[in-house]
Amino acid sequence: MSATTSVNVRTARRLRAERWYQRPRWRRLAAMVALAVTMTLVTGAQGSHQDLFFALEENLTGVALWVWLALAVAVWAGREFLTPQVASAVSGSRALASGPLGRVREVWRADRRVRFGVLAVAAALAVLVPSGLDRYWQTVLVDQIAIFVLVAVGLNVVIGWAGMLDLGFIAFFAIGAYSAAYWTGALPVQPPMVLNNFAVIPIAVVTCLVAGVLLGAPTLRLRGDYLAIVTLGFHEIVYLSAKNLADYTGGTRGVKVDRFAVDLGFWSYEWGVVDAMPYYYLLLAFVAVVVFLFWRLEHSKVGRAWTAIREDEVAAASTGVDTVRYKLMAFAIGASTSGVAGVAYASKVGYINSENFVILLSVLVLAYVIFGGMGSIPGVLFGAAFLVWLPEALRSLVDPKDRYMYLGGLLVVMMIYRPQGVIPSRRRSRELKLARSGEVEGDGTTEPAGGRLS
Amino acid sequence: MSGAVELTQDEARGGARPAPVLELRDLRVFYGAIEALKGVDLVVREGEVVALLGANGAGKSTTLRTASGMLQPRSGQVLLHGERVDGIKSHDLVHFGIGHVPEGRRVFPRMTVRENLEMGAYRFRSPDRADLDRVFTLFPRLAERTSQLGGTLSGGEQQMLAIGRALMGKPELLLLDEPSMGLAPLIVRQIFDILREINDQGTTVLLVEQNAAQALSLADRGYVLETGAVTMTDESAALLADPRVREAYLGEGA
Repeated sequence: MSATTSVNVRTARRLRAERWYQRPRWRRLAAMVALAVTMTLVTGAQGSHQDLFFALEENLTGVALWVWLALAVAVWAGREFLTPQVASAVSGSRALASGPLGRVREVWRADRRVRFGVLAVAAALAVLVPSGLDRYWQTVLVDQIAIFVLVAVGLNVVIGWAGMLDLGFIAFFAIGAYSAAYWTGALPVQPPMVLNNFAVIPIAVVTCLVAGVLLGAPTLRLRGDYLAIVTLGFHEIVYLSAKNLADYTGGTRGVKVDRFAVDLGFWSYEWGVVDAMPYYYLLLAFVAVVVFLFWRLEHSKVGRAWTAIREDEVAAASTGVDTVRYKLMAFAIGASTSGVAGVAYASKVGYINSENFVILLSVLVLAYVIFGGMGSIPGVLFGAAFLVWLPEALRSLVDPKDRYMYLGGLLVVMMIYRPQGVIPSRRRSRELKLARSGEVEGDGTTEPAGGRLS
Repeated sequence: MSGAVELTQDEARGGARPAPVLELRDLRVFYGAIEALKGVDLVVREGEVVALLGANGAGKSTTLRTASGMLQPRSGQVLLHGERVDGIKSHDLVHFGIGHVPEGRRVFPRMTVRENLEMGAYRFRSPDRADLDRVFTLFPRLAERTSQLGGTLSGGEQQMLAIGRALMGKPELLLLDEPSMGLAPLIVRQIFDILREINDQGTTVLLVEQNAAQALSLADRGYVLETGAVTMTDESAALLADPRVREAYLGEGA
């Protein structure tokens, strides 16, 4: 090596060498193993202050560690080695490009009748199956799944379509719920006139629209991380107001809210306390209406404007998209959907207090959207339904305190192996594909605004 | 200032000149406390190609972005066919026939070429088939890549896509911000040839460029900006011959 060489050969060689453990496949294995160990520790024995290492020892010497490790490695091996083979077995030679579901997707796209058939069957199942469930699951289905599906579909507009990261979405849910409580006369402060719960829905929609615009207007210049922080703050303002203004809101003690009821004079009906099914059909109708409207919206000029904004605001403006207006619109539409869910929630459960609207829920709803597939309505429906169902299903199987840890573990695995979500939107898959090939920055929601608009 | 002088020169030369499409009058634009444009006057007449030259930070892009409504002037006027349009936002100005190809191309990276072009026709109910064909005729390269994602195109192709997208909005006046930026000389030649063609088809062009020789070979007239003010304006040939321009922007002299 001559003295004039500026490159240190040994260093260069060391830097150029790719170790086996640096390859993506093995890095993913390392992540899975780390997850397994974490799961063992968190779901295992509790520590105590008498013996600091008791829990560590107990967990890492027990059988649970091996179970978790086996599980993690199995998932890893299946995903790394089996998936390509399964894929090629299913759809022949050009499998790798489209993944194992490529064939299914093709049939789905190609034939209208298949789509309508599947939708019809799904609708029939959605109507018929729940009446066969036991009472506990019916209640879960209504109180949680149906409600949060509605909230998640609303959040999808804001984050999945307009690309604005909202961490305080439950604030609008709370506003909807408290609107219902106020206008039905349940709060310590009385409204000018007491209304029926159904009549509150349009009021809650308008209230949330206004709240959405109020939050949106000053934050429109922000994107990504900054917007996330502002929305987080907004959630805390709403939550703490509900909690601390107990003279107006009932605070943590809560208030009782009337159930849904219809009285037309000649015919009246009351959604009862015991049977959840009438509520289920009501909420199913809400979800169906909202999904239909949003589906229309996605393929309209509005939907295209949102996509353009998400991709590049300056370019969107230069093609004639009113970025301010459409961003506000996304906020307002998302907020009002959440508000409807809030009214439904308060009217179904019949009791709300400030603790129903903690920040954890905002984060969970975000997880539902990402898990299912940002920007894809079927994805979000599935994501919300599945992730709300999972902790309930785990209730009888594992220590109830650990339930959300399992959910967290599942999300980690998802982020490693299917970051685009279970049923991704076409655009989102493209995004990740481009990000992987290093062409474009990966995440539309954390990208800084490209240039400022005046 | 220079604008007033320039107008009288025009009149002195006589001859019926086409009506001005775009006029900037004593435009002052600020970024916070920094005065980026210190009274810019500029006229673009129907059917012309006008080049806006200058060094980095001279205010070329600022001028263009003010004309397209992306920036608002603190004082001065922007006139389109003699009507004041300053204060109108860019997305509304699109409806008045201004097409803006922003700096750095800014195609939609995760939309296909076709979707990008369709987005360019956003101001219409639906994209015009004839416009699409026109863009594909002008840029055969785009026609070969209709379903490729914008983000995967090369720099030159992205620039073509950005221009094509602006054309989809049927602009009467096309504003281009450094179309040659970061592109190989051969590609730049191609793009300028196509711009010539677009101009021949009846679109007025206002062009911001660092590449003075290339820009002046296309343009009918040019303006030279220095620190936020117009210091020179003339026919392209005259500017190309001007020793000061040659020294400062064509890398000659001294």
